[in-house]
Amino acid sequence: MTALTDDTLPVAPRAIRDEMIVFVAMALLLAAVPFSGIYPFFVMQALCFALLACAFNLLIGYGGLLSFGHAMFMGTAGYCSAHALKVWALPPELGILVGVAGAFVLSLITGYISIRRQGIYFSMITLALSQLLYFIYLQAPFTHGEDGIQGIPQGHMFGVFDLSKPTVLYYVVLVGFLAGFLLIYRIINSPFGEVLKAIRENEPRAISLGYRTDQYKFLAFVLSGTLAGLAGSLKVFVAQNASLTDVHWSMSGEVVLMTLVGGLGTVFGPVVGAFAIIAMQQYLAGFGQWVTVIQGSIFVICVLTFRRGVIGEIAHYFRRSL
Amino acid sequence: MQALYAQLLVGLINGSFYALLSLGLAVIFGMLNIINFAHGALYMMGAFVAYFLLNIGGINYWWALLLAPIVVGIFGMILERTMLQWLTGLDHLYGLLLTFGIALIVQGVFQNYFGSSGMPYAIPDQLKGGMNLGFMFLPVYRGWVVIFSLVVCIATWFLIEKTRLGAYLRAATENPTLVRAFGVNVPRMITLTYGLGVGLAALAGVLSAPINQVRPLMGADLIIVVFAVVVIGGMGSIMGSIITGFALGVIEGMTKYFYPEASNTVVFVLMVLVLLVKPTGLTGRAA
Repeated sequence: MTALTDDTLPVAPRAIRDEMIVFVAMALLLAAVPFSGIYPFFVMQALCFALLACAFNLLIGYGGLLSFGHAMFMGTAGYCSAHALKVWALPPELGILVGVAGAFVLSLITGYISIRRQGIYFSMITLALSQLLYFIYLQAPFTHGEDGIQGIPQGHMFGVFDLSKPTVLYYVVLVGFLAGFLLIYRIINSPFGEVLKAIRENEPRAISLGYRTDQYKFLAFVLSGTLAGLAGSLKVFVAQNASLTDVHWSMSGEVVLMTLVGGLGTVFGPVVGAFAIIAMQQYLAGFGQWVTVIQGSIFVICVLTFRRGVIGEIAHYFRRSL
Repeated sequence: MQALYAQLLVGLINGSFYALLSLGLAVIFGMLNIINFAHGALYMMGAFVAYFLLNIGGINYWWALLLAPIVVGIFGMILERTMLQWLTGLDHLYGLLLTFGIALIVQGVFQNYFGSSGMPYAIPDQLKGGMNLGFMFLPVYRGWVVIFSLVVCIATWFLIEKTRLGAYLRAATENPTLVRAFGVNVPRMITLTYGLGVGLAALAGVLSAPINQVRPLMGADLIIVVFAVVVIGGMGSIMGSIITGFALGVIEGMTKYFYPEASNTVVFVLMVLVLLVKPTGLTGRAA
């Protein structure tokens, strides 16, 4: 495995301070959205994808593992949450818990299978597993096949917060996103995260130092899958449905694209990338399949000329880690 | 029993496509260290080139069988010269991402002009009709696809394993620098190898046009199955790819007969089982 990023210096206290400043600025900016007149639905959707991309980035950016099936965690959590809310009539907080638990179990199973192969095979295996799951969901009765689960009740979070009010829902989604983001940030800067980076840089060396690298990668996979599940559960409240598109390989591709545009292995890149791609889809919605062509072109341009991504380039220019 | 034989035949045909596509993927991976995600899109292009040749140029199936792989192969070589060659020395995953982007572009463009529905491609006159084999009715075209694919697969195997050119190729896969030192133009060989792999995909596309109709997304789901085939078989051996491709096609066909609900998923389930038992794949070495 060669390095994805070239800034492999140990995280200095200054870098953490910089990142916290950016984080607080981002949180304040996002908290101000309901007062700005920006359509909150768009931002909520982008926040869900941003969390998904951050979870994906934990695996690729810090573990060097390119999962091409991350939509399966979002879709599975979405179906579990939707089922819990609609059929079991559970309150929202438990609905989210059921979804995250579903993604957790799925990541245990798929992680156990896919972590057995390295590099490019890992990507193909995760893609194939997500396709397997897609066909299962297509036929399983509880997902309602092509129709998906629709008209999901939003309910009252903790019996207090009325999620049918856009502003309340917005802040719940925002809190969920920020909590997930901080957790990922904590993981990256923990001793566990450092070992993960060491494995990414040079796995044989990490093994020779006595680390059981497979266990580290497995744990990273499970953490990433579970957090992707949180994104999927939150998205159910925003979209009020759970459908096959969330499990499809093209969705997994979009997550990869978001992270690539923002910057693989950067802290804030996936967030920027998610907002950029969701905004692009919003504005170009009338152009039909040309959106696919543009997405493909962005892939090509990023890989050929712009491998650090937006945030990666900025960080490189200022010689900071972001 | 009739239905079982019919499904076996369908399985053999799908197996031919798996074999042709995974063979190309393996050859490309050996030389370029890239998993060609665009393989499904180029397979689709092969079918479309045949369609254009027939409906615009009035050029028949037999010429399409020769011309489509050449046209798509040249397109592939242009891709290699203009884009893929710049990835040398980078992590494998960038090749996957780049070719995924190419696949999106190609499929998106075709979808814009041709929608998502299929267009028929007539079976050539010489291969119409069928034969009664006593135990089953064999449509001639389907039999032709299986036999012709098998011949092409064996020829490719022979080219790579038994000829001087193939020896250069295998040597360059092992150690490109050393082979360059002997005066072999390795970059040109890489380009030609990509053209060969892509040409095989286009050939599979032409073969499949009269059976599966010509659709912009005909290769999109197929490539994921082929990835699973590659994971099962490993990319270390040419013969391994061919045998695994045909075998999985047959198993899929049998599943369609005995338990149709699982026919979409059986290849993936087999992949999981193989990974649990023998993580390196059936013929593969550790990657």
